[in-house]
Amino acid sequence: MTIQASTVNRAADSPKIHGVNVVFDGLSKTYETREGGEVLALGRTDLTISPGEFVAIVGPSGCGKSTLLSLTAGLAGVTAGRITIDGEEVRRPHPTMGVVFQTDLLLYWRTITDNIMLPVEIKGWDKRKYLPRVTQLLEQVGLAGFGGKYPNELSGGMRQRVAICRALVQEPRLLLMDEPFGALDALTREQMIADLQDMWMSLRNTVLFITHSIEEAVFLADRVLVMSPRPGKIDLDLKIDIARPRSWKSLGDQKFINYMGEIRAIFESRGILSKASA
Amino acid sequence: MVFGPLPSQRSLYLSAQEADVPVRKTSRLKKAQMQAIVHNLAAPVLSLTILLIWQFGVGAFGLSEFVLPTPWQIIHRIAVDPQLLLANAGVTLAEVLAGFSLAAVSGVATALAIFYSTLFERAVYPILVALQTIPKIALAPLLVLYLGYGFAPKCFLALLLAYFPVVMSTVVGLQALDKAMVNLARSMGAAEWQIFLKIRLPAALPNLFSGLKVAISLAVIGAVIGEYVAASAGLGYMQLQASSQFDTTLSFAAMVLIALIGVVLFLAIEAVERKVVFKREAAK
Repeated sequence: MTIQASTVNRAADSPKIHGVNVVFDGLSKTYETREGGEVLALGRTDLTISPGEFVAIVGPSGCGKSTLLSLTAGLAGVTAGRITIDGEEVRRPHPTMGVVFQTDLLLYWRTITDNIMLPVEIKGWDKRKYLPRVTQLLEQVGLAGFGGKYPNELSGGMRQRVAICRALVQEPRLLLMDEPFGALDALTREQMIADLQDMWMSLRNTVLFITHSIEEAVFLADRVLVMSPRPGKIDLDLKIDIARPRSWKSLGDQKFINYMGEIRAIFESRGILSKASA
Repeated sequence: MVFGPLPSQRSLYLSAQEADVPVRKTSRLKKAQMQAIVHNLAAPVLSLTILLIWQFGVGAFGLSEFVLPTPWQIIHRIAVDPQLLLANAGVTLAEVLAGFSLAAVSGVATALAIFYSTLFERAVYPILVALQTIPKIALAPLLVLYLGYGFAPKCFLALLLAYFPVVMSTVVGLQALDKAMVNLARSMGAAEWQIFLKIRLPAALPNLFSGLKVAISLAVIGAVIGEYVAASAGLGYMQLQASSQFDTTLSFAAMVLIALIGVVLFLAIEAVERKVVFKREAAK
């Protein structure tokens, strides 16, 4: 496979690549249960995410973090309050947004390249223009030459990397990730977390990253939001002041340990983690 | 045909082996090739054996041609008098094709309505399932009463039998889709028609085609039953005529052609399927 260094002409397709500004204003979400009752999935949330910020949301299952993500993605309607992206209220999925879900959700009848091209196709853009971009992305994630393969010829980690490429193909200004590495083995996960940091450092888009791993959150984010369940609410808003690029070696540094300890302490005080496990 | 996918799977398996154990490549290759040949020959050899037993068993037991003609006598009969058989086969084929096409179109349309409209699903689905319990072949005499002796009742009976499997398999195929997949497309800003064309339809195609393959066999049965009840042409009609004249060989010849229609149409659908459906297993 020939290596093409050129990317899609940014000036022509999208203006300067940088993140969007996301504001949650008095946001809350209730779901109706089958019995006709109501469940408050997300309590009143006020939050401002700056352009180009990498925000990780960490919390146990059922704390409303996935709800927060699908509301931001415009896939579900808010019950009260509003979300604005660059000042515009979210009513439908934002046009320059990429989403990575827990599972890769690749279409098995499409080649890797055609899977990555799906958003380009749906938006009706010129696929030929994006081919160099796809090649470049595959190279970045260590899958150069895999474009013609089918998903079931790839391992789970490779498939999730393809899913990330698919979210990045249009150089989204907003990247939403819902526990993207949850289903991967530990070694693959470490590699992909480091890769994600690299990609974000070159793209500088706004990232909302949902995880249940404290380590993942502290490693990746500029800011970690700790959520607690029933009703889901943000308990702690923690700035992570560690120089980039961060490496797994620096995980033993005192700063890292202190941040992780602070987050654990919140979970302990909420009874989500027992003192013994910490 | 049933053994179709085997050789390719074998060769894929083999290439993995080659990469790991280059030294033993040739002996493994030969062994796998031999195995592939044996697997491919199994069905033809068994069929031929059964035909030979039939051919020589009839003579050995001294059975009359009126009771059980030999395969050779049947083939001979088809070869000697092809015009009559082919003309009637043409009639049956037209009935099957018309009934099947109508069933495919109306079946997929019904499935889409069931999938997209909850009201339609609530109203129509239980009725469809209830109707399915009626033995539709029992309707054949009534259809003659309502639709006459011609083309219409046979075509309708073929449609009736073929319709339900198309509806069921398409609905199941559409409903089986992971909801997250739809959310993914929506997050890209896809409209419902785009989600349908790019995700729902391709994901449902394997189910749709398995429904069509069941439907084609049932359409043949429907048309022939229709001819048994009242007809002036067609292979079923011919069989009836032949039996009433104790021409057992002709009856068998007609049966062979009925089976042939079924097999050829089945293979035709399978050929289309191979063109449009990407088998999940194919690349494994």
